[in-house]
Amino acid sequence: MNWLINDNNKCESIFDIPVLSINDLRQEIIQMKKRVVGFFGKQENDNVHLFVVLADDSEGKLYVSSAIFPPEIKEYESLTQELPSFHMFEREFYEEFNIKPLNHPWLKSVRNHKNKYEFFEMKGDEIHQVAVGPIHAGVIEPGHFRFMCCGEKIYELEIQLGWQSKGVEQLFLTSHSNRLAESVCGDSVVAYNIAYSNLVESLSGCEITNKAQLIRLIALEMERCAIHIGDLGAIAGDIAYLMGASIFGATRTLVINTMLEISGSRFARGLIETGGVNYDIDLALSDKIVSVLDKVSNDVERTVKTMLKSPTVASRLEKTGIVSKETAIEMGFTGMTARASGVNLDTRFDYPDKWYKDIENRSTKADGDVYSRTRLRYKEIKQSIYIIKKFLKELEKYSTEPLRVHCPNKMKPDSFVVSMTEGWRGEVVHIAITDTNGKFSRYKIKDASFNNWYALALAVRNNGISDFPLCNKSFNLSYCGNDL
Amino acid sequence: MLDTLKLRIYQGKQYIKDIKNATVKEKFRGFPIIESDTIDETICPLGAISNNPAAVDMGKCTFCGCCARNTKAVKFTNFYKLASTSREKLIITEGMNEKDFYKSAIEVNKEIKKIFGHSLKLRQVSAGGCNGCEMELNACSNVNFDMGRFGIDFMASPRHADGLVITGPISENMAFALEDCYKSTPDPKIVILTGACAISGGIFQNSQKLNREFISKHKIDLYIPGCPVHPLTFINALLDYLGI
Repeated sequence: MNWLINDNNKCESIFDIPVLSINDLRQEIIQMKKRVVGFFGKQENDNVHLFVVLADDSEGKLYVSSAIFPPEIKEYESLTQELPSFHMFEREFYEEFNIKPLNHPWLKSVRNHKNKYEFFEMKGDEIHQVAVGPIHAGVIEPGHFRFMCCGEKIYELEIQLGWQSKGVEQLFLTSHSNRLAESVCGDSVVAYNIAYSNLVESLSGCEITNKAQLIRLIALEMERCAIHIGDLGAIAGDIAYLMGASIFGATRTLVINTMLEISGSRFARGLIETGGVNYDIDLALSDKIVSVLDKVSNDVERTVKTMLKSPTVASRLEKTGIVSKETAIEMGFTGMTARASGVNLDTRFDYPDKWYKDIENRSTKADGDVYSRTRLRYKEIKQSIYIIKKFLKELEKYSTEPLRVHCPNKMKPDSFVVSMTEGWRGEVVHIAITDTNGKFSRYKIKDASFNNWYALALAVRNNGISDFPLCNKSFNLSYCGNDL
Repeated sequence: MLDTLKLRIYQGKQYIKDIKNATVKEKFRGFPIIESDTIDETICPLGAISNNPAAVDMGKCTFCGCCARNTKAVKFTNFYKLASTSREKLIITEGMNEKDFYKSAIEVNKEIKKIFGHSLKLRQVSAGGCNGCEMELNACSNVNFDMGRFGIDFMASPRHADGLVITGPISENMAFALEDCYKSTPDPKIVILTGACAISGGIFQNSQKLNREFISKHKIDLYIPGCPVHPLTFINALLDYLGI
């Protein structure tokens, strides 16, 4: 067997992962035709060990394999030529280990721009460049955008990130904690913390209670709900539909203030700990959450319907920033971005645990434009509220269970785990490898944004430059999730 | 059109009328109170706790509540006015209560009050921020908190700004842009550090990829603790600083 078949959150011995030659591995990857979720190196003495994780979303399995680069081998034939979805992964691998993927179409660094970089340039009398960032006009994270425009029309957008880079993966090796996990990407606190906790619990053989699992998932869905409402407000703001911006802003406040009532933090920081959760949801609080969510559901529905009925709104959203289904599959976009283009990827339902197994997930019509992404957010808000209510009811059955169980400090040595959680943007993938002492020897994080930033670059082509903020907000990708 | 008007009327007014006396829910972890002369330092993943004398550094604290859950030595109140004009005052020792802290935490600068008291325009720079503080700063301008009513707003350009609001531990890659932004802001200007990361590096303090030269090089006018900073903490800090 050239692949180890694994499940989400299942701990496997590192020695069970096949080691192939890079040429064989390359052939295998091309033949498998599966989606890439992990492609990263690990320094082992003088060698570089390359790990590949592919996902089969229809059967809910993960395929793991690897190859070793001895010090004298410094190049290989790139996969991106055959499978464009590898382009970011190979760039990252080249940047970190200086092993060159030959014939990679765009071998630019991902995070460390030490040397002077020549941006892609178009020439012509009517062509002009617009440079934005790293510091943006709004209160958001930094990133640099370079537009090649003809008049108002964008021909090409080049996105340069890496400004946020804080060496997070390295910090996980020296001092990992729930606090670090929830600070990697502050808008996906719950998703990141669940991914990290599941991973550590799998490595230390800790089984958390049903109650703790449900409270985590309730928080995860509340996070999704809050951000989607906030983003609907931002989309409304970017098309100057100010009533929408105001109402969605206020409605989001209701959701995150409820999170504060659960956990003491508006973003649920401090709620999740390895071994379980720190705060309970009792019956009184549960009733309160339901009544808040009823109001939220009603307000969102009413505002979305009023907003989308307005012809001026529809004219700004429809057919703006299109990402086709074919492109989404070819480039390996994931999460919300993929779903809005009609590719149904959702870790919650593709790799279901016992809670999501029975929940029906209906796909909606999706055209890949800003309108579809707006509708999708609306659909997911409603779906999240439905799921939260269902889980709250479920939670009543387990009221006597403890919130937290003891999680042994010692993790299994020489092991490998992939932990995927569906954050509001898409899959949050944490992969860990432990050494002979049961300490992390490699920690890899992949946010959905890592795949999806390129979707924004493709979406804005042939759109007016004034629609860029709108396109950007419709995706709302993470800078620090990408830069780490 | 009629639906729009009906919706507008249904939503009514939602702003917090009295920002200065607004209360946050009991569970909110704000000002820490120390009730013992020794605390187990190793409890805190951020190194915010020290002994001799027992102290919690709000400049490092992410208010995760880990210490309060595991010892009886620290207790968090829901008091949210945590800002100070001095870095040292953020270190809370045994027996201090929120009233004593608040009384002397912020010194109003008369000159600043005279110039910026009626209008303060700020430029926000996220220098490695995780988007937590950024989202809360955006929330300051929403219809609930409505910071604009006090003449405080975020500007799109540093050239239109009277001060910088910095979030994040200042990554190496952002150090130059931050310095540039500072230079582009006309004098007189103020510098505000927002959140544990900006004040001390927070959870990223041991990262090799930070460059915190800016903090030692320039005068810092206001420290606003939190992880992320609550909008009420931020707005009240500015109101107190401007003596409004």
